[in-house]
Amino acid sequence: MQKIAIDVEELYKVFRKPRRRPWRARDGKPAAGQVVAVDHVSFQVHRREIFGVLRPNGSGKSTLIRLIATLLLPDGGRAEVFGHDVVREPMAVQRLINRVSVEASFFKKLSPMENLLYGARLYGLPASQARVAIHAILKCIGIEERSIGQPMQEMSRGMQQKVAIARALLTRPALLLLDEPTTGLDPRSKREVQDLVRELREQDDTTIVLTTHDMVEAEVLCDRIAIMDSGKVVALGTPQGLRQLVPSRNGHQPTLEDVFLELTGKQLVSEERV
Amino acid sequence: MFASTTQQIRASYAFVERNAYLVKRYWSWELVWLSYSIANSLSVSYIGLGMESIGGQGIDGRYLVLYLVVGTLVWRYLSMIFYWITDIIGLERWEGTIEYTLMAPIHRLTHMAGQTLFAVIYSMLFTGVILAVTVLLFKLDLSQANLLGGTLVMLAGSLSFIGVGIVGSVLPLLFPERGSQMTHVIIALLLLVSGVYYPIEVLPMALQRMSMLSPATYVLRGVRAALLENAPMARLWPDIWPAMLMGLAAVPAGLWVFGLAERYAKRTGKLHRNG
Repeated sequence: MQKIAIDVEELYKVFRKPRRRPWRARDGKPAAGQVVAVDHVSFQVHRREIFGVLRPNGSGKSTLIRLIATLLLPDGGRAEVFGHDVVREPMAVQRLINRVSVEASFFKKLSPMENLLYGARLYGLPASQARVAIHAILKCIGIEERSIGQPMQEMSRGMQQKVAIARALLTRPALLLLDEPTTGLDPRSKREVQDLVRELREQDDTTIVLTTHDMVEAEVLCDRIAIMDSGKVVALGTPQGLRQLVPSRNGHQPTLEDVFLELTGKQLVSEERV
Repeated sequence: MFASTTQQIRASYAFVERNAYLVKRYWSWELVWLSYSIANSLSVSYIGLGMESIGGQGIDGRYLVLYLVVGTLVWRYLSMIFYWITDIIGLERWEGTIEYTLMAPIHRLTHMAGQTLFAVIYSMLFTGVILAVTVLLFKLDLSQANLLGGTLVMLAGSLSFIGVGIVGSVLPLLFPERGSQMTHVIIALLLLVSGVYYPIEVLPMALQRMSMLSPATYVLRGVRAALLENAPMARLWPDIWPAMLMGLAAVPAGLWVFGLAERYAKRTGKLHRNG
């Protein structure tokens, strides 16, 4: 397998706001009524790397994940996953990836077992094999046996999010896209998910892209972090390297949050926009 | 190799199994819908006896009942196929699972094959229950009917309604809030022109011309000929081949339209769940 898991070059995505004129200005810049969600972004993610993306709200983080996940088509640039172009070879990319989004999307009337069986079959897993794997994974992430057959709507948001992670793990993806997987989780659940992310890299050599608003989470989990603002990557480096971008004040070493605020001038918020 | 036929079949079965689970979980709704459908079919069928009572001896009430029973059952079957295909896309939009379904490494044909296989099987079972109740209540004698021929005509028509359903599912895909409701217009138009409850000859010429484009027109005519007149296969063939031909064109056309809509949704960011 290739050493470069993700290769993004000059990736560009613009959205049209409804009920406004989508015309472009003559200088090629987006006109009023357009939102540039990803603005000529370039970076590479190495195999087995845990790559973090930090952003203020609406700065194109979810859009970036969706572009890599083949759920959006870029307006410019290119993105490759293990050498496969996300636009020209979407199915080759889809075979290698899975995604966990901030909203745990399930058929809420169905049980975790029924939802996960559906997910497993979509990726070609035989049912007998999938049932065994589902029990093992759900047990591993702390879902009680009696909850496996109950409708998802009877579970807490934290439990639903864990099942969402289980769904992604079930297919053993080479690249796992985690879009704010711990938002809304209690501290214990958050810690369990973080441990799971580490285990996944160690045991399965999985490459992980993690978007988060949690600076501590980014710092303890990620090998490298990209800070995005207004659709652009404004800084990219190791947590240690990023901290060195900001001078220490009053004898205190800057935190990742200091770096973030300095580079973006914005507060982090946990609400989805794009 | 994932793209192998076995794995695509397995992926296709995912939709059959998932929909069966949904029916199981929504069993109370399915029961309500079945009760409604039976009552609705009976109400329409009683119009036949009502016409005899109103119109006098010159009207053959039993024939009218059978005529309307065929209309209501065929229509229930075809419209159920349509709605199972479109409603599930609406449900997927509502639950936010559509992104996961469209992100899976499967062909759209695989996706729709599973979806429609369930729709056809479930619609047949559902319609079969209504037929059984209707036959018992009206003491209909179908011993002289060409049941096999009637079934073949229904199956031939299924294909075209699958195609129409796939086209219709574009609406909930692109318009999550009102898309499912918008699909009613397709069904309403087909109901108007296809001769479900009346011969198409009573329609104005413009609507009669439109009826030629509706696969349901041929299905209804064929099934009525098979059940009411015990028509042999040779007589049913003129209704089977246009329905099949429409189906053979409608399914690829549906997949093509769905592909265009999916691309549009991916370009404009419409797959993302809002709210």
